[in-house]
Amino acid sequence: MKRIDRTQKVRTGFHEAKWDEPIIYELSKPGERGILPPHAEEKVRKTVGDGVSALPEGLRRKQTVNLPELSQSRVLRHYLRLSQETLGADVNIEIGQGTCTMKYSPKVNEQLSRSLFDLHPLQDPSTVQGILKIFHETDRYMQEISGMSRFTFQPGGGSQGLFTMASVVRAYMDSRGETRDKFISTIYSHPSDAAAPALKGYKIIYLQPDPETGVPDLEAFKAVCTERTAGFIQANPEDTGLYNGHIAQFTEYAHKMGALCCYDQANGNAVLGVARAKEAGFDMCHFNLHKTFSTPHGCGGPACGATGVREGLEEFLPAPLIDFDGEEYFYNYAFENKEFGVRKVRSYYGVAPVVFKTYCWIRSMGPNGLYQVTKTAVLNNNYMFKKMLEIPGVSAYYMDGKNQRVEQCRYTMEKIFEDTGVSTTDIQRRMMDFGMHYWTSHHPFYLPEPITLEPTETPSKEDIDEYVETLKYVFRECYEKPEYVKSAPHASTTHQVDESVMDDPAKWATSWKVYLRKYQ
Amino acid sequence: MERGKLGLIVNPVAGLGGSVGLKGTDHVAAEALRRGAVPQAERRAADALARLLPLREQITVYTGRGPLGENAARSLGFTCVCAEEIGCAATDGETTAALGAWIQAQGADLTLFAGGDGTARDVCRTAGPSGVFLGIPAGVKIHSPVYARSPRAAGELAALWLTGKVTRTKEEEVLDIDEELYRQEQIAPRLYGYLPIPLQKQYTQNRKCASPPDEAASMAAIGCRIADDMEPGVFYLVGAGTTTRAVMEQLGLPNTLIGVDLVKNGQLVGSDLYGQQILDLIRGHPAKLVLTVTGGQGFLFGRGNQQLTPAVLRAVGRENLIIAATREKLFRLRGQPLLADTGDAALDAALSGYCRVLTGYADSVVCRIAPG
Repeated sequence: MKRIDRTQKVRTGFHEAKWDEPIIYELSKPGERGILPPHAEEKVRKTVGDGVSALPEGLRRKQTVNLPELSQSRVLRHYLRLSQETLGADVNIEIGQGTCTMKYSPKVNEQLSRSLFDLHPLQDPSTVQGILKIFHETDRYMQEISGMSRFTFQPGGGSQGLFTMASVVRAYMDSRGETRDKFISTIYSHPSDAAAPALKGYKIIYLQPDPETGVPDLEAFKAVCTERTAGFIQANPEDTGLYNGHIAQFTEYAHKMGALCCYDQANGNAVLGVARAKEAGFDMCHFNLHKTFSTPHGCGGPACGATGVREGLEEFLPAPLIDFDGEEYFYNYAFENKEFGVRKVRSYYGVAPVVFKTYCWIRSMGPNGLYQVTKTAVLNNNYMFKKMLEIPGVSAYYMDGKNQRVEQCRYTMEKIFEDTGVSTTDIQRRMMDFGMHYWTSHHPFYLPEPITLEPTETPSKEDIDEYVETLKYVFRECYEKPEYVKSAPHASTTHQVDESVMDDPAKWATSWKVYLRKYQ
Repeated sequence: MERGKLGLIVNPVAGLGGSVGLKGTDHVAAEALRRGAVPQAERRAADALARLLPLREQITVYTGRGPLGENAARSLGFTCVCAEEIGCAATDGETTAALGAWIQAQGADLTLFAGGDGTARDVCRTAGPSGVFLGIPAGVKIHSPVYARSPRAAGELAALWLTGKVTRTKEEEVLDIDEELYRQEQIAPRLYGYLPIPLQKQYTQNRKCASPPDEAASMAAIGCRIADDMEPGVFYLVGAGTTTRAVMEQLGLPNTLIGVDLVKNGQLVGSDLYGQQILDLIRGHPAKLVLTVTGGQGFLFGRGNQQLTPAVLRAVGRENLIIAATREKLFRLRGQPLLADTGDAALDAALSGYCRVLTGYADSVVCRIAPG
């Protein structure tokens, strides 16, 4: 028997499960069904009636809903097959999804959180004291981590957290009778940083990165920050992985002009136990619990953009907050009806299982553990940074030697593109052939042919080595057989998709019903 | 296949000067040949056409005789229809322009032209309103973004366009430098017009957030904002470019694409104005100037808008500049300053400093202006 060879790092023989699993509606057969529930007993029928006429007229469907008709086993096969065709977090090394902070989310926290599925936000507080305590204590942990004075968990995601901050600024300015109309952000901050204040009616002024250092220029900021400026909002570090060490000078100047400062800490992995929003001079901040606090990503929800404010701004937070009177935890609606308060950004007080998993993760890490998370994430990224820059054709902008990358980096394969015509989106598709994820989250496309990688604290050195070796293998292919890379994927579920209709809403089919209307 | 009529223009002398150290071919083609230069344009056109070989049976090439395109197309077995009335002995700009006009008259779905900036200028002179073009780089100096990155890239993009996989176009600048000045180490690119080229998205949509508005939508938003903010009784000078054209479109007024128009109270006061004419019209009145970045290298003043003389700029004043550009255009500069080269060093210095560039209806980007 031959000795098994495990020396090769690149999974050249990988092949994703490959078939074109139909849409579940296409599998539907009239009359086929999963389970056949028994008729209700006579006594029940007499009491409940037909189960429909008790509903108000306006709630009753006029026509039967169009649901697929399948047996239970066919449903199970369908979804299990779909699950085999994914490149999810548990089947690949999630380094290539820079900006998303794809750390490992402990399964034990997921299991524990399922015990909450029977709770309802309208239950009497006396019956949910446990989860209210967890909300309250998580609030206090967030205060410690950020230096802020109070947090709300009501926002249902990162962008809603940003929207909450913009709403707080608007409410604060309104309460003072100020009619400021501008918000300053940065090019490399997440687009929602500008979108949120724009939604509140503000005009947005973007700062560009300095071509040498990659961080915004203080003098440019001073040139546009005036008494018309309501707020300043930015991520730090930005998605380039560069930390603006002079951020306190920005916030100080903004305050001098009477503006408030909002810190996008959706990804706080670079600063846990190292730097806080308060000391940087911010008036408020938000955390995406699915990023830094491992809750995990939920493909669009449910999520939580925990949003905190400094002392003096609590009254503008949406209601209710969770408070403790010394004996019981309770919903505090004190700010709900304030004339200038934000009042609400969403129903209830937050997604309980998400906050619960955050609580579990923080408790399991402890303060030193959180600090170690950041140290390890930064170490991993800088190890990877060095390995990446050793690959011919890969480079990075803003290499002035004074500003090291923190938890992620935006590289460029500009030279490889110029030499071979292979673009970063071609690499994305080719990496799938090795069971690897390579995300396209480089927005805005400011740098040419960007690559954004973020290891987080999770992967081992071996994981990072495997990812870099695979990238190196693909980049070599760019020179040796560029057409093969450009026509990738070759070992994936589907091959290239025609994206020419992506900009044409008239051709979109966002549901089965729309598909039938447009294409049948 | 949706589109099967392919126009092809080869400027046979393009690129000749570069290989023998002449920094261009304008007026020196004979000297270049004497020095031993070997024509490259035909070969580069063939390199581009080679990417279209899988579509050969569905394409008819409309081109000029012999070295003007026929040789390159027939060498690869393409069916050709030639402009018999256009001679192939002369290789000047008039030939290129005439061939371009003839191809447009044949209803070409796409016209490929192999050459340099001078060739693009000649094509632009006779380009009709509905044509779509793409340059195959074969010249010595290429400043115009109407050219593909390489002949191969031109062929690939042409294939995507002809097969309907790329369906949208964008107008790109046609720039050219004065080669006589260039030979004296002076680079002064000028804007000569715009050509629509197939819009190939360099990047696919990022899936994490909604797709950003495309450049045309951004321009419309910019035009809307400026038109909405116009004050009664104030003169608005509208400078050259497709971004500023959006303002005139919002106002429903005719526009001079590479000239300066004057508007007051929503009415056109003057078209395609120059220095003293502008001064005569705005003297003693409040005036604002709407302008965009032109010339490909971030020039705000002195490239493509020489009508805005130092006297005009002084009369308007820095505080009355309304600078607009799409984010896409600004991002190409990656933080490099916008340049002022008015020919008046003191004015360039006075115009320098930070400014806000309008990039949408309610958003702007901070840029620095520096002497060019």
